[in-house]
Amino acid sequence: MNIYSFDNTFEGFLTLVFECYNSKQFPDEILSGEGSQTVLFGSDTLVVTDETKAERVWNGIVKKSSEDNAHRIYRVFLSETQETPMLLIKYVRLIIDSEKNEETNFSVPIVVEFNKLHQKVCREAQRIHMFTRFQKTIEGSYYASYAPMYNVLPLCIPHFRDRFADQNWIIYDLRRNYGFLYDLKTVTRIVFDDMQVNPQSGQLHPSILAEDEKLFQRLWKQYFKSICIEERRNEKVHRQYLPQRFWKYLPEKW
Amino acid sequence: MISESSLEKLKILAGAAKYDVSCASSGTKRSNTSGGIGNAAAWGICHSFAEDGRCISLLKIMLSNYCIFDCAYCYNRKSNDIQRTSFTPDEIADLTIEFYRRNYIEGLFLSSGVLVSPDHTMERMVSVVKKLRTEHRYNGYIHMKTIPGASQQLVSEAGRWADRLSVNIEIPSEGNLKVLAPDKDYKSILEPMKMISSGITEAKEERKKYRNAPQFSPSGQSTQLIIGATNDTDNTILKLSAALYTRRDLKRVYYSGYIPVNTYDNRLPALITPPLRREHRLYQADWLLRFYGFRNNEIVNDENPNLDLELDPKVTWALRNPHLFPVDVNTADPLMLLRIPGVGTKSVQLILMARKHNRLNSSHLKKMGVVMKRAQYFITCNELRSRNVQDLKPEIVRQLLIDKKQISSDSAIQLKMFYPTIPVLR
Ligand code: SF4
Repeated sequence: MNIYSFDNTFEGFLTLVFECYNSKQFPDEILSGEGSQTVLFGSDTLVVTDETKAERVWNGIVKKSSEDNAHRIYRVFLSETQETPMLLIKYVRLIIDSEKNEETNFSVPIVVEFNKLHQKVCREAQRIHMFTRFQKTIEGSYYASYAPMYNVLPLCIPHFRDRFADQNWIIYDLRRNYGFLYDLKTVTRIVFDDMQVNPQSGQLHPSILAEDEKLFQRLWKQYFKSICIEERRNEKVHRQYLPQRFWKYLPEKW
Repeated sequence: MISESSLEKLKILAGAAKYDVSCASSGTKRSNTSGGIGNAAAWGICHSFAEDGRCISLLKIMLSNYCIFDCAYCYNRKSNDIQRTSFTPDEIADLTIEFYRRNYIEGLFLSSGVLVSPDHTMERMVSVVKKLRTEHRYNGYIHMKTIPGASQQLVSEAGRWADRLSVNIEIPSEGNLKVLAPDKDYKSILEPMKMISSGITEAKEERKKYRNAPQFSPSGQSTQLIIGATNDTDNTILKLSAALYTRRDLKRVYYSGYIPVNTYDNRLPALITPPLRREHRLYQADWLLRFYGFRNNEIVNDENPNLDLELDPKVTWALRNPHLFPVDVNTADPLMLLRIPGVGTKSVQLILMARKHNRLNSSHLKKMGVVMKRAQYFITCNELRSRNVQDLKPEIVRQLLIDKKQISSDSAIQLKMFYPTIPVLR
């Protein structure tokens, strides 16, 4: 059995693909995660991330299919489920080994599976666009946090940078414990060590909230209540579109 | 300035605006100018979902719920004894900005009762929108109602600042409008619609010549029709919609099941619940008009003036035309694929791509999102022919396909239609 391991970065994954083709040995299993015991002792081949090799694989994918497809592979990679690396290896092999561009061949099961997962990742990213709720701090900057199912924050940042270009903000992933900070010029990746945030609900400590923050939360709650048409009340649909796992981050559901 | 007192106003004026169904904020791509706030994404984003299941994307609010008119179907009509109030333009502008900065909303949807006079009201509304664009340098989405009877000059000014203008027709035939809304007539509604549509066309032409020519209602105009408050048939309604789409180039027609807000008025039917199922069928038919290449008289006509409440209009059409089926999915042209019950636009795209690689069978189709439960009677694919509508006779297929679902899941399907498709993230 061939067991590969890599550092769980996208570049690492692409390097892994490179090494597979180089040695003509394809994995039966892939372990990911830096430094964990299983990775160190359980694998036969430890892939060392290499930018140049990664780039060659990326370009190969673009050439064999399309740039869009390469981006899709990146997004699916961010799903970070246990099965993701193996699914991606199979998909990338199909792309690289075929004469024609196979990315739209929906009669191949792996293409369908790949696209389904892609859809799920995009949907989760979309939910971050939708359900992000900034809380204004005493210093006038805006803070939001979440625990998304997939590691989608990097996909969402361009949207927020464009839309909220004239305010300072932080968006934080509580599950993966990292986030992004925007300071009116650049976006930086950050990790909190001493958080003024309730890690369960993502709510800021009241002492650092802006003076009128509570008022606007109340106004929003009031709006949410007033806009509902009682004659059409439909909790089922409400729950279906507003998944319960997000409620604790939404002032309208507090 | 926003203060505690704004809470009470918000309660009244959001409550008064909630019957307007339009929630789409899509269609414009407005990029953020440097130093400003906001952009309008080309797909609209829903930011929450109300407990009635509808998408909340905009701050939908009335400037005032005072009204000098007395439309029978309207909660805010003059003769109703309700609590009344008005926002100042500054209050609305501030509220919009504060909500927007917290990512609560995608933009503003501003309407109003007729306060003093149509022009007076329209002036105040325009001043909100202008403030947002100039003082607050706000580039987010704005949808503004125009008030029937407002002057051309004010409509033009509104079109400069707003992303979308709309005039609600509400009642699908002029005779019925006269009875229910004595202060209005089709002229006062259709004239501004015409003004808006020519404003849009002119601005588009200008912008072809000069890139910096001002925009005018760049995301088009829409309208709303109330369903079930009058005896108008679906044929009348869809004929009107089709004409609005082709001749006035409307972006959307919204259908709103009549909610009996003024039960005492005996010009209106005594409904216990709003006609949600009919509303849902109209949205499906509307979809067929806009995205599936159907003509309105293929869906409803003088012989069949109303939609079949028990069946999707596409199925009804197919059952009336069994001679066109079964369709071979491996060879049929795209327009015919679109007409197969159970096959949506997305599936058609996938079928067209996939059949270049392989001959497709039913398990492929299923994976591509085709609803085989419906489609099976209307297609052949790379397999033995299954029992189709020709062998079985339409009446039997009809029985097999009748929608037994509850009303409650109906609005779920309708919601899917409002729900923006997932953008390709880059
Ligand atoms: S003019 Fe508008 S707000 Fe006034 S009563 Fe008629 S529909 Fe209602």
